[in-house]
Amino acid sequence: MLEIRDLRVRFGAFPAVDGVDLDVAPGEVLGIVGESGSGKSVSMMALMGLIDPPGQVSAAALRFDGHDLLTLPPARRRRLIGKDIAMVFQDALASLNPSYTVGHQIEEVLRTHLGLRGAAARQRALELLQQVEIPDAASRLKAYPHELSGGMNQRVMIALAIACAPKLLIADEPTTALDVTIQAQIMDLLLRLQREQGMALVMITHDLAVVAEMAQRVAVMYAGQVVETGALPDVFEHPSHPYTAALMAAIPEHNRGARRLQALPGIVPGALDRPAGCLFSPRCPRAQERCRAQRPEVVEGVRCFFPLIEETVA
Amino acid sequence: MLNFLLRRLAALLPTLIGVTLVAFGLIRLVPGDPIAIMMGERALDDATHARLMHELGLDQPLWRQYADYVGGLLHGDLGRSLVSHEPVSHEFLALFPATAELALFALLLAIVLGMALGTGAALRRGSLLDQGVMGVATVGYSMPVFWWGLILIMFFSVGLGWTPVSGRIAVEYDVQRVTGFMLVDAALHDEAGAWRSALRHLLLPALVLGTSTTAVIARMTRSSLLEVLREDYMRSARARGLSPARVVLVHGLRNALIPVITVIGLKVGSLLAGAVLTETIFSWPGIGKWLIDAIARRDYPVVQAGILISACTFIAVNLLVDLLYGVVNPRIRKQG
Amino acid sequence: MSALPLSSTPPGPLAEFWRGFSANRGALAALIVFTLLALAALLAPWIAPHDPVQQFRQHMLTPPVWMDGGLPRFLLGTDELGRDLLSRLLHGARVSLGIGLASVLLSLIPGVLLGLLAAFHQRLLAPVVMRVMDVMLALPGLLLAICVITVLGPGLMNTVIAIAVGSLPEYVRLTRAAALAELGKDYVTASRVAGASTWRLMFSAVLPNCVAPLIVNASLSFSAAILEAAGLGFLGLGVQAPMAEWGTMLSSARDYIVRAPWVVTLPGLAILVSVLSVNLMGDGLRDALDPRLKRVS
Repeated sequence: MLEIRDLRVRFGAFPAVDGVDLDVAPGEVLGIVGESGSGKSVSMMALMGLIDPPGQVSAAALRFDGHDLLTLPPARRRRLIGKDIAMVFQDALASLNPSYTVGHQIEEVLRTHLGLRGAAARQRALELLQQVEIPDAASRLKAYPHELSGGMNQRVMIALAIACAPKLLIADEPTTALDVTIQAQIMDLLLRLQREQGMALVMITHDLAVVAEMAQRVAVMYAGQVVETGALPDVFEHPSHPYTAALMAAIPEHNRGARRLQALPGIVPGALDRPAGCLFSPRCPRAQERCRAQRPEVVEGVRCFFPLIEETVA
Repeated sequence: MLNFLLRRLAALLPTLIGVTLVAFGLIRLVPGDPIAIMMGERALDDATHARLMHELGLDQPLWRQYADYVGGLLHGDLGRSLVSHEPVSHEFLALFPATAELALFALLLAIVLGMALGTGAALRRGSLLDQGVMGVATVGYSMPVFWWGLILIMFFSVGLGWTPVSGRIAVEYDVQRVTGFMLVDAALHDEAGAWRSALRHLLLPALVLGTSTTAVIARMTRSSLLEVLREDYMRSARARGLSPARVVLVHGLRNALIPVITVIGLKVGSLLAGAVLTETIFSWPGIGKWLIDAIARRDYPVVQAGILISACTFIAVNLLVDLLYGVVNPRIRKQG
Repeated sequence: MSALPLSSTPPGPLAEFWRGFSANRGALAALIVFTLLALAALLAPWIAPHDPVQQFRQHMLTPPVWMDGGLPRFLLGTDELGRDLLSRLLHGARVSLGIGLASVLLSLIPGVLLGLLAAFHQRLLAPVVMRVMDVMLALPGLLLAICVITVLGPGLMNTVIAIAVGSLPEYVRLTRAAALAELGKDYVTASRVAGASTWRLMFSAVLPNCVAPLIVNASLSFSAAILEAAGLGFLGLGVQAPMAEWGTMLSSARDYIVRAPWVVTLPGLAILVSVLSVNLMGDGLRDALDPRLKRVS
């Protein structure tokens, strides 16, 4: 349903997204993991058309549900965005307009995409708030975002996103800013909605545990590229790319009894120090001459010349 | 909301009292004998002097005079003009609508034009339009308003003959005074062309008076909108598929408005001051001109009343702006 | 082995400030213009071709030299009493810039002191001081000045006082707010505990941190002072004729819009250029001193 080929997003000379391929099937849950700066958020924002100049977006293919997003005129694209593809952001309070009530903002979406007005819109808004498990939904409709807690604001954002029954929901670190207990609730909510509505869900996060629980497939991103994709739990139990392996090795649970966490030396390449060869080569314990000279392509879901085979993480 | 209003009024009370003290003290601070000052150079015999002192209540102790003054104020008695001997309040009510009409029109012009220019500049940031608007705006609030009026008169009234030089309406129209607002009264008058004449007379003075405010509003709108455009909720609004126009106007401008309203409140003060100068240039029969004439003629009760009324107007407007701010910015409503 | 000298030392605050300021081209141009104005004002008695109050009865309303009937003797023409416009403009620069400077100093110094006092004596002095400031703020600038002039009478010195009185409240407010913000910080509490006296604290610790907004406000009130002085002069309440002040010059020029437009245009342009240059410099100052303050370029 969603097909992304060779997506590139540049900010001046800096390639935030450097050739990303992704596929999402209808109704599937895909997790995108990576550190800050890996380009995971930027890719999805480029998909939604939210990248402004001086950012430049280019791709070989960007197809959604039969539409070619690259050639779609802006007015028609706007009919898809918010309706068939929706996005939920990290800081819910900042992502809601502080000057309008929650109900007003939901009804606005309903009016724009579904043509609902007046009482019908209010009724539907109420139902949506109940669907996202907001208690006392009727009075919450008249509330302003600053009057609600972080968790409730996030629920409102989700309500806004599912208002028009989208086929694809992108959640960009939806729980990072929330308390741990609320995190679990929001996760459960997302999964439940995904099941009930049969929508595809793309979950962007840096939290591997969340992905492991929720997703069916995962894409691991590093420095603007997808370095490994595959089904869960395989990818985490048998990582093929050294970066994925390093991520798994650094998890506290995998370091029980050890005196120190296995941390990976070095940092993600920035704008000025991108290697000519594999972007991970400066930090890779298995790097060889070929790695430093050439950029590897994706082969069988792994972007590596020497992928790990049959290595189990304890 | 009512709670908020009451509390603010209570907080304003000391200020209001202070203002009455200033107005009251104004004449008494002028060095020299108040009677002599008011009467000018005419020599007065002792009997007349004593009589006048008694009439004006100047032989009473100071606190008594103040109490009488405030008492009079509360009854709407602003004293009597030394020149015309008419009650000041009558003269004031006759002239106030002219100034109000001028100031309101100027403010309206400033808000509409200023916000439009500021929004355009923000949306086309860095472009020639942006730099042009900002440059013109900076010149706009650096200009002396009285000079600007003279220049525009020179150009439009004398040079091109498009606008009249003075007055509120062409002499041939004998419009009956209903509200005191010439635009309204001329519309009610059945002679054709009256309303147009009133508008043409109002246009240039309002433009002149409103220039500085337009410039400040344009700058403030631009900077406010630029900050708002960076906010997350703007991105979310776009992510919901709303049209760009709606995103900017409904989501963006609404929030950008908040600091602009505060600025408008502050600028009303300079509108009042500017009215004094503008009315002098255009011979606009309003409070400003009345005040200046009174100062020249040492008509102190009028000066006193003028100062008092201006201060109270300013305070009232600021209160209004405070209330408006609470309406526009839901985030502070709880605190009142 | 001798130690290698540092190839570069970090820029001092002055250099840092200059870098920020000069990035704003408008501010830079304004600085140049203002410097020229200030020089003209300072040197007016020596560079003005004529005495500004001397009337040349045979040459009343002479146009500027580039118009028909202009004379090189009176480069910018003469006014309705035959006084050389260039000389009057130059001396007017003296008056206007002088009023601006004097009124800023006269309001800044007491304003800062009052503000500091109000901040340090929250319970006793602050409410009284701030209430008085509120009353003063209830009267818009020009009207407050008119009040003062009504009591004191017109003239140059009284104009300065009137304008200074009007600018005072803003300095008090600013200083008090900045001082209160500093007082809440830990280092001040620590100093107090260590026994530092209030006055010492005020000047050594608190004041330096209030400097930036004070400077920005000073530039704003400087340009406002020039405008106010001109306004008062125009109304006949400020600097009195025959002294040359730009606003006063405009009040008598009103009748000559048609016959002698230069008498109207030139003094006003002088006001505009002065105020504009100070405002642009103020913008540059704001950008350089605190990028957080309304930085939008």
